[in-house]
Amino acid sequence: MPFSSVARSYLAIKSVAFWLWLGAAILTATPGPAHAQAVQPVPALTAHVIDATGTLEASQKAALEAKLAALEAAKGSQVVVLMLPTTAPEDIASYANRVGNTWKIGRKGVGDGVLVVVAKDDRKVRIEVAKTLEGAIPDLAAKQVIDTALTPRFKQGDYAGGLDAAVDQLAALVKGEPLPPVSPVESRAGKGSGDGFQLWDLAILLFMVLPVAIAVIKRIFGNKLGALLTGGGVGVLALVVTSSLVVAIIAAFIGLLFALFVNLPTGGSLGGGGRGAGSGGWSSGGGGGDGGGGFSSGGGGDFGGGGASGDW
Amino acid sequence: MKRWFLILLAVLTLSGCGYNDFQRLDEQTKAAWSEVLNQYQRRADLVPNIVATVKGEAAFEQDTLTKVIEARAKATSIQVTPETLNNPEAFSKFQAAQGELGSALNRLMVVSERYPDLKANQGFRDLRVQLEGTENRITVARNRYIQTVQEYNVLTRSFPSNLTAMLFSYSTKPNFAVQNEAQISAPPVVDFGKK
Repeated sequence: MPFSSVARSYLAIKSVAFWLWLGAAILTATPGPAHAQAVQPVPALTAHVIDATGTLEASQKAALEAKLAALEAAKGSQVVVLMLPTTAPEDIASYANRVGNTWKIGRKGVGDGVLVVVAKDDRKVRIEVAKTLEGAIPDLAAKQVIDTALTPRFKQGDYAGGLDAAVDQLAALVKGEPLPPVSPVESRAGKGSGDGFQLWDLAILLFMVLPVAIAVIKRIFGNKLGALLTGGGVGVLALVVTSSLVVAIIAAFIGLLFALFVNLPTGGSLGGGGRGAGSGGWSSGGGGGDGGGGFSSGGGGDFGGGGASGDW
Repeated sequence: MKRWFLILLAVLTLSGCGYNDFQRLDEQTKAAWSEVLNQYQRRADLVPNIVATVKGEAAFEQDTLTKVIEARAKATSIQVTPETLNNPEAFSKFQAAQGELGSALNRLMVVSERYPDLKANQGFRDLRVQLEGTENRITVARNRYIQTVQEYNVLTRSFPSNLTAMLFSYSTKPNFAVQNEAQISAPPVVDFGKK
């Protein structure tokens, strides 16, 4: 009797769990594809100039890119140009706002980003300005840039010239605004200021997961090789978690020392340490080159719908 | 020792039942709502300038103009406080007034297309850009409010935080609705047959 009631309640729980699972599966499955089909996807942020239409020649693109990179280096503000065929079914204003808020271009804590969207087949253009720069580039100024720089040249099919002139005007407007100066760390790795929190995560990882991992690795690979592997592994892990080279190297070194001293080896700890640091540096260097090549968003931009649109 | 345990238990249950989440989201909805109000105010402030510019145009349709002026007067006469958020009736009244002003302005802009002098007037064109920017900002602010309220309402209605909501009598907050829902949801009639 008690057994059967237990079994029944177990079955009941199981069926409830099944229905919950089914409900969750349906709930999560349905909106996804429907939503993705409804609107244009946000492209990956790979450079200051993204041309999905193939309109700009490589040299024109490089010139624009250089100009925008120079502005970012000098002033810190991130201006991104996005060209795409169409924004349908959305209008260009809401599409630009969505892209801006997904990319969050502009420095962290400052949020100085500007997004120029050109929908070539729609013959529409929009300058979307992040909240921080709404004072430097009010709607009227954005409209003026569109009316004087973009649309006259776009009408003649001179896309590169129009964008070039627009970027010049926008840069002039941004330079007139007193913004916080560029700090070297921020300009090098866009995620500089986000490290504090992740360091804390790392500390938890180091002190709770590491002892167990070290014991296992050492049992398998022996003392020195195990320590080396641990150091390298921690370095790679730290790189993945924080995407910061400095943190990764430090973490690799700490991991190595930790692994070496956990069961107090008889000797050669210094030599092992030297080699271990080298291994950590190598593995992080590989990852660092991967992330350091491109341009990444500062992650601080907040777009509240400021800016102006135009057509030609 | 036992006292510490009790305190720990209290802290854990308070954070587990979502009390702090309620406070956080409540403040967030208030902030999002303030932003909505801020942008509506910005639009209301633009209207007198637009009206003044349009009035300069001789023989502009008086009917359209009066409607804008009236709608603005009505929209700004409604007192909005943070408590409006917890009062669905006042909320929908405010929404209706703002919607009316929006459509009156929209009509004004459409009508203004018929006046070439007005279209060429630089002051009017500038005001147009500002109005467009303000409407965009209103859309964004409303979107953010909708998302925050959604989060709050989900917390209010889902287990176990709904128990907390019951205990402190938190209720769901009203969200935006379009004025002409039936009109929008009806499929458009396309008729190529007769001309």
